[in-house]
Amino acid sequence: MMRAIGAMVLGAIALAPSAPRTTILAGSVSGTVTFTGTPPKMKPIDMAKEPSCAKQHATPVETETVVTGPNDVLGFVVVYVSAGDMGTAATQTVKFDQHGCQYLPHIQAMHTGQPLEITNSDQTSHNIHPLPSKNPEWNKSQPPGAPPIETKYDNAEFIPVKCNVHPWMHGYFAVLNTGHFAITGSDGSYTITGLPPGKYTLTAWQEKFGTQTADITITGSETAKANFVFKATPY
Amino acid sequence: MRLVYIGLLVSAVAASRATQAQPSILGGTREDFRRYCAGCHGNQGDGEGENAPYIDPKPRDFTLATFKCRSTPSGSLPTDDDLYNTVRRGLVNSNMPSWRPLADDQVHQLVEYIKTFSPRWKTEKPGAPISIPPEPAVTTDDILAGRALFQKMECWKCHGPEGRGNGPSASTLTDSKDQPIKPFNFAASSRFKCGSTNEDLYKIFMTGLDGTPMPSFADNFKGDDAWHLVHFLRTLQQEERPEKVVWQQYLSTHQGQLKPIGPDGGGQ
Repeated sequence: MMRAIGAMVLGAIALAPSAPRTTILAGSVSGTVTFTGTPPKMKPIDMAKEPSCAKQHATPVETETVVTGPNDVLGFVVVYVSAGDMGTAATQTVKFDQHGCQYLPHIQAMHTGQPLEITNSDQTSHNIHPLPSKNPEWNKSQPPGAPPIETKYDNAEFIPVKCNVHPWMHGYFAVLNTGHFAITGSDGSYTITGLPPGKYTLTAWQEKFGTQTADITITGSETAKANFVFKATPY
Repeated sequence: MRLVYIGLLVSAVAASRATQAQPSILGGTREDFRRYCAGCHGNQGDGEGENAPYIDPKPRDFTLATFKCRSTPSGSLPTDDDLYNTVRRGLVNSNMPSWRPLADDQVHQLVEYIKTFSPRWKTEKPGAPISIPPEPAVTTDDILAGRALFQKMECWKCHGPEGRGNGPSASTLTDSKDQPIKPFNFAASSRFKCGSTNEDLYKIFMTGLDGTPMPSFADNFKGDDAWHLVHFLRTLQQEERPEKVVWQQYLSTHQGQLKPIGPDGGGQ
């Protein structure tokens, strides 16, 4: 019912093109993702086998499987709407770069079908090898100076990405059935904007600790709160 | 399910002689699959047959529809001919034998049967086979260009500076199911994963071996690049081949002038 009202409100706005943007009724949700327990210790990466990358890092970078911050916050957690208004598919291209033998960003979230551009900024060859289970699996070499790989994924899933040449490189494509998503920063916080009034289920996904959900209701242009707490295990 | 199937079979036989052949071929194909394939690939085609725990590399999981040997671009479905050829040829350095004793019809039907395990075959068409330009003559310059690509594309990182499958990343490689996998050793094998001709090797660079660490170079190879690399790789093999004769002639007068392939290598 709430969803229907939300759709009607949006519809009414769409019929009135002269209405200023600010009148669009949309709320937000924000929060912080934290953990309890003991998370695994991230290990420094030895890039000695790839000097062109090693010299880009003054101090060795660490693995990014579980990125924590002060006050037990968790970075790189994908928070998205898993039930409720799913928004519209974004058309702008999202980017995923290989830089210093790391993936930047570690996790890239996108809507199904959203254009994805993969680049190599390094002076070494990478092979970019996403490992989907619901989408076709491909594996392409991208030497220095090679043109970007333009692609997209049609089915929603969390896709691990690796480079076989540099086994420490790990990342994720979060392919989602919604346009409402965010990834927590190093302070563990996230904000999802543009939520029409309605009931929502939010899901938070962490690559090692799995998922947590929370239900929220947006009634107007307010910012709802939804914090998530993951139970961390060291192994 | 089985009852329904038998029912269909009976009604088909009763209906007409013309439609009789089709269900009986399919029935026989299921038997063929169970007799010849399921021991490794499993009755459900998921690669979990009873022999699977003892096999390395692991049997293909047909439910993923990811295949090594294709004439089609990385990520796309193979053609029927690609699957047929794989069954006929077998896969070198694995437990998959060549199924030469099977009749043509049997293999064609098995290919159809393999395609029932993944829904991808219902919604996607096989990729368009890559086009392969005519093979250029083997020359010194051509082999040198291939050697430079072997350095530049960093093939040596997995396959080793001499193609012995012992590059710095070799010991870390895993396939898409996280099983350890070895890069191809050119010095120890004459047959490649997907055939033994120069054209078969050409296809591997341009399509990649999906499900393994071997990527496709199709976006980065221009003109005869892949042919140059084919000709250079032939010089790493034990076999006496035309490429090797040309290369040895060159080496006899240029020994020591080549910078070794590796971290500081320059190709030439």
